[in-house]
Amino acid sequence: MRIKKIAIYIVLTIGAVTMLLPFFWMISTSFKTGFESLQTPPTWLPAKLQWHNWVAAWQAAPFTTYLINSVLVSVVTTFGQLFTAILASFAFAKLNFSGKKIIFSILLATMMVPAEMLIIPNFVTLSQMKLINTYGALIIPWLASFFAVFTLRQSFMSVPDQLYYAAKIDGASDWKFLWRILVPNAKSAITTIGLLQIIGSWNAFMWPLIATNTESMRTLPVGLQAFSSESGISYPELMAASTFVILPMVILYLFLNKYVIAGVANGGLKG
Amino acid sequence: MMNNVKPTWRDNLKALLYLLPMLIIIGIFNLYPIIKSFVMSFYTDYNFFTNKVNALGWDNFKFLWEDQNFHDAVWHTLVFVVGVVPIEVALSLVIASLLYRIKFLAGFFRTVYFLPFVTSIVAISMVWRWIYNKDAGLLNYLLGFIGIQPIDWLNDPHYAMAGLVILAIWKGLGFNILLFLVGLSNVDQHLYDAATIDGANGWERFKNITLPMISPMTFLVTVNAVIGSFKVFDEIFSLFGGQPGPGNSAMTVVYYLYRMFYEQNRYGIAAASGVILFIMILVVTMLQTWWSRRHVHY
Repeated sequence: MRIKKIAIYIVLTIGAVTMLLPFFWMISTSFKTGFESLQTPPTWLPAKLQWHNWVAAWQAAPFTTYLINSVLVSVVTTFGQLFTAILASFAFAKLNFSGKKIIFSILLATMMVPAEMLIIPNFVTLSQMKLINTYGALIIPWLASFFAVFTLRQSFMSVPDQLYYAAKIDGASDWKFLWRILVPNAKSAITTIGLLQIIGSWNAFMWPLIATNTESMRTLPVGLQAFSSESGISYPELMAASTFVILPMVILYLFLNKYVIAGVANGGLKG
Repeated sequence: MMNNVKPTWRDNLKALLYLLPMLIIIGIFNLYPIIKSFVMSFYTDYNFFTNKVNALGWDNFKFLWEDQNFHDAVWHTLVFVVGVVPIEVALSLVIASLLYRIKFLAGFFRTVYFLPFVTSIVAISMVWRWIYNKDAGLLNYLLGFIGIQPIDWLNDPHYAMAGLVILAIWKGLGFNILLFLVGLSNVDQHLYDAATIDGANGWERFKNITLPMISPMTFLVTVNAVIGSFKVFDEIFSLFGGQPGPGNSAMTVVYYLYRMFYEQNRYGIAAASGVILFIMILVVTMLQTWWSRRHVHY
């Protein structure tokens, strides 16, 4: 039994090392000199920490602009999506209206369609609205997500209907009931949806790549991609830049680990 | 209850107001484009700047039917799916089963395995590009210890797809492990106790209890992994520096769509390839559902 346990730990540790190795290699390389990074055989750790790589990488491309864009786009998208989802989930969970089932099923079916397919018409629509290469293009299409509505609705439904009727008898309006009772009750579900969304928008690549065409509108992943294809960049600088892009979400995840994991575990499946 | 009462127009109006913001956005950016994609796939002569359609027809699909690049894209996508999904599902099931059996450090391991999920695919692809470097890369260095000659992972068309598959498995493992952990925690512990009393060993318990009991989750994980793999794009773009691999060896359907749409402005053909992608995903999902009806034990 003991040997078995030890074997399990050995296998899991090998796996964990494999998972962490790219992160380690990224950080280790980011502190090496250009010459050191190309040495064969490679060295595991830099001889001396080259902090200036980080400064040089940050200054080599407009990363400050990219960072501002990324923060703005992910925060606004996330709050907007939560807002539209809270209102819509309330209607689906507690209100009585005609066509509820049909509307819900149609929206559910749209989750089956690959988002990549929608890029072409959306690009055309946003071009006609003259929004390509603006924050509008980066934000507006993502202000609502049926995935968020679907998840939140389940959480709202767990609040008994009796409570809703009781609140109405006491004279509370729907609006009050939603924000004073339902939303506080679903706090952890809302946090989870918000976190998954912020991670999703932060890391999004294909749409920002297509919807922007100037440096000033790029988000971090698009900016990093452009930076990587510039000539004469060194791997230590590229690794430092990659670390900028990865770090914020890793920190967020390490602090709010519980919510992210709960979200995925509760069927947090994005089709 | 109240839900059986026929809603009044006031009820409907109120619900509409609550639904409206979501409906407007999803209507314009999800529902409309779904229909529009199908329509656009029949645009054979379309002017983007004037938004004028001059001709409609099947020509885009005919073009795809004959285009060698598109055949390659479909083939590479299938190779990618077959390369990634079985290994990813099997590995994540094994790791999840092991993780499920320990308490000490279980949270730590879970956090570590899940880390790639929150990581920007573009940024981590840069790192893998560096790891795959032929001369100074970490992977060739490690492989050197077991006597493997340096491989030019990213520039040799024979290895580019393998490199992509390894990255995708590494990235997707944690998510699937988590889903399997949920599946495992739903298995009734008494079944194991009963089997142990009956003298079943660890492997027999795994084969005869765990596997059948978690088969719905295995199904979910597999379908999800297949759909996700069909849509691979970001990792290709960033791993090969804005190219679909050396000699187009990692050109997939979504990459093809991107190229036709964004690089060549052939909207109709791009839309048609999107429709084909959708049909491929639909067919595979239906096949899996059909297969699981016969083999998944609930």
